[in-house]
Amino acid sequence: MYIETPVQETSKISVRDLNFYYGKFQALKGINLEIPENKVTAFIGPSGCGKSTLLRVFNRMYELYPEQRAEGQIILDGENLLTSKKDVALIRAKIGMVFQKPTPFPMSIYDNIAFGVRLFENLNASDMDERVEWALHKAALWGEVKDKLNQNGSSLSGGQQQRLCIARGIAIKPEVLLLDEPCSALDPISTAKVEELIAELKSEYTVVIVTHNMQQAARCSDYTAYMYLGDLMEFGATEQMFFKPRRKETEDYITGRFG
Amino acid sequence: MSDKHLSSQFDSELTGVSNRVMKMGGLVEAQIRTAVQALSQFSVELADQVTATESQVNAMEIEIDHDLSSIIARRQPTARDLRLLIAISKTTANLERAGDEADKIARMVKSIIESGASRALPASDLRVAADLASTLLRKSLDAFARLDTSMALTILKEDNAIDREFDGFVRKLITYMMEDPRTISPSLDLLFLAKAIERIGDHAKNIAEFTIYIVKGEDVRHTPLDQIESVVR
Repeated sequence: MYIETPVQETSKISVRDLNFYYGKFQALKGINLEIPENKVTAFIGPSGCGKSTLLRVFNRMYELYPEQRAEGQIILDGENLLTSKKDVALIRAKIGMVFQKPTPFPMSIYDNIAFGVRLFENLNASDMDERVEWALHKAALWGEVKDKLNQNGSSLSGGQQQRLCIARGIAIKPEVLLLDEPCSALDPISTAKVEELIAELKSEYTVVIVTHNMQQAARCSDYTAYMYLGDLMEFGATEQMFFKPRRKETEDYITGRFG
Repeated sequence: MSDKHLSSQFDSELTGVSNRVMKMGGLVEAQIRTAVQALSQFSVELADQVTATESQVNAMEIEIDHDLSSIIARRQPTARDLRLLIAISKTTANLERAGDEADKIARMVKSIIESGASRALPASDLRVAADLASTLLRKSLDAFARLDTSMALTILKEDNAIDREFDGFVRKLITYMMEDPRTISPSLDLLFLAKAIERIGDHAKNIAEFTIYIVKGEDVRHTPLDQIESVVR
């Protein structure tokens, strides 16, 4: 395996010997990986390779389903998240997630963002206003919604809804942002906006993105992990992965020879 | 490229552009061979043939560049495919320049014939270097077509032989010019001619380096030979 440990980077999340099972089916096989801090890391690979599964393990999304289990370690700030006794909501406050389909809450644009913040912080009205504006600015949505904050979130376009979800995710100031194919339902302009946003976010957050769009991984990530059938095949700097991958399997996938 | 893409259309586009490069290479090779013949036979007719092919070679370079831009725009090639296309672009530029050198040789031959000094000069000494250069260019295209890096490596070594021939020839010309100042003008033509041959060898060498670049992903230009050897192994 060619797993390059990014030497000049500080590791934000360490994945150690991670196995993951859907019932009897093993979806992740002994994954070892260091996610660098304040960088964008992309997971790529064909459907069923385990990239989304890996992303979901990071904030224990799998716990919702009794037949799913994880073995190994996911270490964030010295603590193994898989065995942590902390409230899972607190873990998710540190590790936010944005899904493939925009999932605005059935409430106003303002409340979509304030909702999560209220769970963790006790802000007065003006501080909350400020936080909402900050998050919408960060998500490059403020200009488009500032005059209609009381409208329902679902009244926005798909691209705007997705940026609203990203704003919601960063409003609680997580340390890590997980993006599960955030642009697959978006048009090219909205996609470009989200990608711009990702580039901006990485100065403050560690971003992990799962994408089917290899060009997207090439465009907006610093590091890329190629996964196949539950194995991490190769991990390295994105430039290297797209110019001269070290494994033939990676090259075949990246150049569209995968068959 | 033996293995196939999921998109057979992409495969046929890559094959198409690669074939065009080989065709262009064949044309330039013929140009050089004819120029060398024009030199050894002091033939105006053959020299004119070389010049006549020039515009064809130029047109092919433009066509290939157009194909490359179109493939890059529509396919967003990565990794080995990307390296192949970049290498093709550089290879065609080198082929076009090699064609220019052949044309230069043809023009020098005519100029020497016109000066009437052809028999007094060691022009036949250049044939060794000229043959070496045209063989080298053919080999470099073979190595490129087969993506054969060990063949590319031998080309890099053989180019040094041409450079040595060139140095020896320059020394010889100097003695001619010192002995008989009337040969200075045609000797200078011959010097430019030798330089053109030496440049063809350099273009062949560049093409060999691009072959290593495609296969190994290492840019070996301006790199000592022993270092290149370790890349190829």
